[in-house]
Amino acid sequence: MGHRDEAGSLISAQEDPMLALRHDPDTCKECPSPRCLLDCQYMDMKEEDAREEILRLTRGEDSRVLEECMTCYGCEEYCPYGNHPFFLICEMREKKGMYVAPRPITNQWINMTQMQGKALVGTVKDVALSSCLLPSLGTMASGEIFAGLSSSIVFGAEFMCPAVHTHFAKMSVVKERLPIVLGNFQKLGVRELICLHDECYGTFTSLARAYGMEVPFEPVYYMDFLLRRLEELQEKLRPLEVEVVYQRPCSNRWIPQKHAVVKRLFDILGARLLERTYQDENSLCCGGILRLIGGYRLSDDVQRRNIEDMARTGAEYCVFDCPACQETLGPKVAKAGLKPIHMIDLCKMALGEIPKGEV
Amino acid sequence: MGDILDSLREIVGERWVSNRPEELWYYSRDPGVLEPHRPDYVVAPQTPEQIQRIVQLAARERVPVVPMGNAMALTGLVIPLRGGVVVDMKRMNRILEVNERARYAVVEGGTSQGVLKAHLQEHYPHLRHSLPDAPAGTTIAANVALHGQGRLTQQYGFNSEMVCGLEVVLPTGEICRVGSPSLGPHWFSRGPALPDLSGLFLGWLGTTGIITKVGLRLYPNKRFREVEIFVTDIPELVPEVIYRLTHLEMLEDITVWFQPKPLMFKDNYHVTIYFTGDSEEEIEFKRKMVWDALQEFMDSKDGGFMGVDPLKPRMLEMPQRSVAEFADVPRGGGFEYSGPITLVEHFPIYAQKLVELAGKYDLLYAGTARVISGGHAMMFAISFAFNRADRAMMERVKSAMDEATEFALQMGSIPWKPNFMEQRMILQKIDPVTRELIQRVRKLLDPNGIMNPGNWEVD
Repeated sequence: MGHRDEAGSLISAQEDPMLALRHDPDTCKECPSPRCLLDCQYMDMKEEDAREEILRLTRGEDSRVLEECMTCYGCEEYCPYGNHPFFLICEMREKKGMYVAPRPITNQWINMTQMQGKALVGTVKDVALSSCLLPSLGTMASGEIFAGLSSSIVFGAEFMCPAVHTHFAKMSVVKERLPIVLGNFQKLGVRELICLHDECYGTFTSLARAYGMEVPFEPVYYMDFLLRRLEELQEKLRPLEVEVVYQRPCSNRWIPQKHAVVKRLFDILGARLLERTYQDENSLCCGGILRLIGGYRLSDDVQRRNIEDMARTGAEYCVFDCPACQETLGPKVAKAGLKPIHMIDLCKMALGEIPKGEV
Repeated sequence: MGDILDSLREIVGERWVSNRPEELWYYSRDPGVLEPHRPDYVVAPQTPEQIQRIVQLAARERVPVVPMGNAMALTGLVIPLRGGVVVDMKRMNRILEVNERARYAVVEGGTSQGVLKAHLQEHYPHLRHSLPDAPAGTTIAANVALHGQGRLTQQYGFNSEMVCGLEVVLPTGEICRVGSPSLGPHWFSRGPALPDLSGLFLGWLGTTGIITKVGLRLYPNKRFREVEIFVTDIPELVPEVIYRLTHLEMLEDITVWFQPKPLMFKDNYHVTIYFTGDSEEEIEFKRKMVWDALQEFMDSKDGGFMGVDPLKPRMLEMPQRSVAEFADVPRGGGFEYSGPITLVEHFPIYAQKLVELAGKYDLLYAGTARVISGGHAMMFAISFAFNRADRAMMERVKSAMDEATEFALQMGSIPWKPNFMEQRMILQKIDPVTRELIQRVRKLLDPNGIMNPGNWEVD
């Protein structure tokens, strides 16, 4: 669905880089229970306060939310109406110059993800694999699961979803770069893009839609792809018979409908997902972004609670969906006695491509 | 000249002397931008006594002698400006003693940083020395002779301040011991409570003698090392950041760096903070102290700690490879820097000057500063990378370096390991009485003017 001008004609994203968020203030006004803020893991609010604060935001007024939001994306999932409270917070922050992250860190991320013509593009036809700007995803996309597709990997800032800048409330960067990224994929002639990073899939299916940008290809969630391939490779599959916990990444909050795929995958892999406090809607951030923008105290506290919760289950593996979470939390999880592993590697283990226990 | 060759052969054996052009070519240059100059001979002795005889021969024949470690100073300090004999020290590479309890080592004058590091790692894992960020083949004696720095300079001062005894072959051929080894077998003090004669040899760039043994202080080697990088876009904030960090009195090393490439580093000033500990609790305690010390800048949004995990394996390397990598950004592997020793509070001024010079001479720059002795001073490296095959670029680097030295002197700073031209600039600016004393001391020690001539000379 594209963004339309007054005459109803479709405007391509490239023609309108400052697309406005499609947020409906009336939805918030009529909302019976402001779960977006009430359920927040990082702000403590009573129902009355939560209602008042979200209404302030819709009116464009200052709100404590603009100072306290830790950018976990949770409210995007909590809002039952898909009204994008998180994107509203980001828009307001940028408009008011109320940034949560230190300025040099924000600029470092903007610079680090700048398009410099250094993208790596494999042999791409109709289908491509997107590894965003995460080299480890490219390395993981190998073996039988990715047979015939490994060479179609696309990596680099030119093809990276710029959603990370929402953590820094730089929506202008997102709106400037995302249309270029979409255009770059269009130039490649990609019809189907398998997104190995949740953030890419969330960007193309949630964020782009919230801003009325047209996505010129079919985004495929990588866990859906894994599921399909494991079903095709069923004969080679050996149930793992292991107990696991799962670290849900922030960007999965943009695509909560896909969270269910995780459980289906564990089922097919023979991995028993153990119950714990901080899972599903109650998931905690890996601490990486929290540390950057909020300091070590909050980050340490969240990581400690999260890891203690994992360890309490007695699980053998902690399964990660996002390589950035794995990099941040993996070593600490390992110290607590769990084996950190990415979902793709867990699938490879079930296919005998990675020896069991070796991570 | 044939007599000298024969005499050198007689002293060290035929294999260890050469006047062959292909070898002299190698000994005529260093990796910096200065013009090469051929020696007449190169000799590789194995004992202080052989060096003594070489120096006596040179004094008799009035032939220059240039002691050489690994020739990596980059400022031409071992380029034989007036020919003569280059004394390559690399055969004298033994570790003679490690006193574990008193924490010192005694090494021969050609012992490399890498050899001592490996020896300590293998035999004394609880000890370490102040390793410079230089190739592992660079030597300890050369490093202290030019007031080098290393990983422990923030805590304990210049590496030369860690010297606890010297043995030197004087330009007149005597073998002289300095400090406690002049009185007995132990190498625990360079001077106190004697007159500190080490000052006659440290900082003189090989013009007052050849160091044949160095006593070097060692320090505790903790089990864990960690790193954090604080980032700000305000150079004026850097001195305050350093002041607060050094107040903690618990950090191993603090360096500040900025560079336009790769892009992620553009427009920011990075303060790299190293700390060590014997337990995770100690590490975490120090990490929290570091963060707390700078919390105010995070609150004001003027600075923050960057995610360091992906960079950590590289940042924790000793020595660091980043300099070598920076040198090859413009291809051709050239790297040159001027490193004035100055006040930490001058950081913003030097940062501005570096960017100005890079723009003026169209060069790729990197600025690095290392905090010395808890913030009493810093070494600010004005660095440029260049392509060795590009003569015009090398000339631009030379001009930029000259201007940087001039600026440093105007600012009251001390240029570090200055090349012979920079030494002249220093001597022209220095207090006349000090200059006279330097010349008098030098003449007294080297009446024949044979030691590394062209260096520390007024004319």
